[in-house]
Amino acid sequence: MKNKIGTALGLMTLGLMLVSLFMVFEWVPTEADQGIVQRIFYFHVPCAWVAFAAFGIVAIAGVFYLWLKDQIWDDLGYAAAEIGMVFCTLVLVTGSLWAKPIWGTWWTWDSRLTTTFILWLLYGGYLMLRAMADDTEEVARFGAVIGIAAALDVPVVILSVRLWRTIHPAVLITRSGEHGLEDPRMVITLLVALAAFTALFGWLLRLRFQQLRTRTRLTILRREVALIEAAVGDY
Amino acid sequence: MEHFDYLFAAYSIIFVVIFAYVAFIWRRQARLETELHAMEERLQNLKPVSPSPGVKSAVEN
Repeated sequence: MKNKIGTALGLMTLGLMLVSLFMVFEWVPTEADQGIVQRIFYFHVPCAWVAFAAFGIVAIAGVFYLWLKDQIWDDLGYAAAEIGMVFCTLVLVTGSLWAKPIWGTWWTWDSRLTTTFILWLLYGGYLMLRAMADDTEEVARFGAVIGIAAALDVPVVILSVRLWRTIHPAVLITRSGEHGLEDPRMVITLLVALAAFTALFGWLLRLRFQQLRTRTRLTILRREVALIEAAVGDY
Repeated sequence: MEHFDYLFAAYSIIFVVIFAYVAFIWRRQARLETELHAMEERLQNLKPVSPSPGVKSAVEN
């Protein structure tokens, strides 16, 4: 049953991705001002959505871990943080690849770019802590606190284009509150890409979470075997 | 097709990174499962000869 869900989710992701690619490269009209490089946007925004959703899950899992002290929440938070980091990296890289031909520079310390980079650094710190320290309750507790605190940057990133002066385009809703995408095909393409990336996120989270559960089981078994071997040795 | 190279690079990087991450997860999962089976077998072999109360509680826990 578990494998069937995983396979179905994987196939759904693949199907949606293929449809999404067809729409991006064949169906959607080319934007008049920016040209074909604007098409980066259709995968750049879903990458940001997945990163934000993943970091939101890290915060929720962190709260539940601190409350219930159940390892399952720590495993979920760790899995989500890693996936969030992968997609946050993709947001920064694809953003730079769009910025070079449009702004004439790979990077600028704009409010949205800077807050996103801070988010990337915060979760980079979280993952470094988890990778370098032992799997103890104390580390998991620290991780949960860092995960919750770092997630506070997510609304700052989202609101940055409204809070500060910025050159980053507010595409979905413009600063005047209007719709940023004029052609309905652009909206549909973005929605399909968002669905594809949501499915991909679900599939990856499931894979990584199951793996961390296996690792937890292995740690418990190792402890049991060591205890038994020590006891047999004493006997 | 001005700036096609940027578009191509962006989509290529996205898919290379995702495929590399999935490959990394699958490889690690296969290694963990092998280790888990080996440990379960080792535990099964140890259980019949567990005579002390300390051993009993470790297995139960």
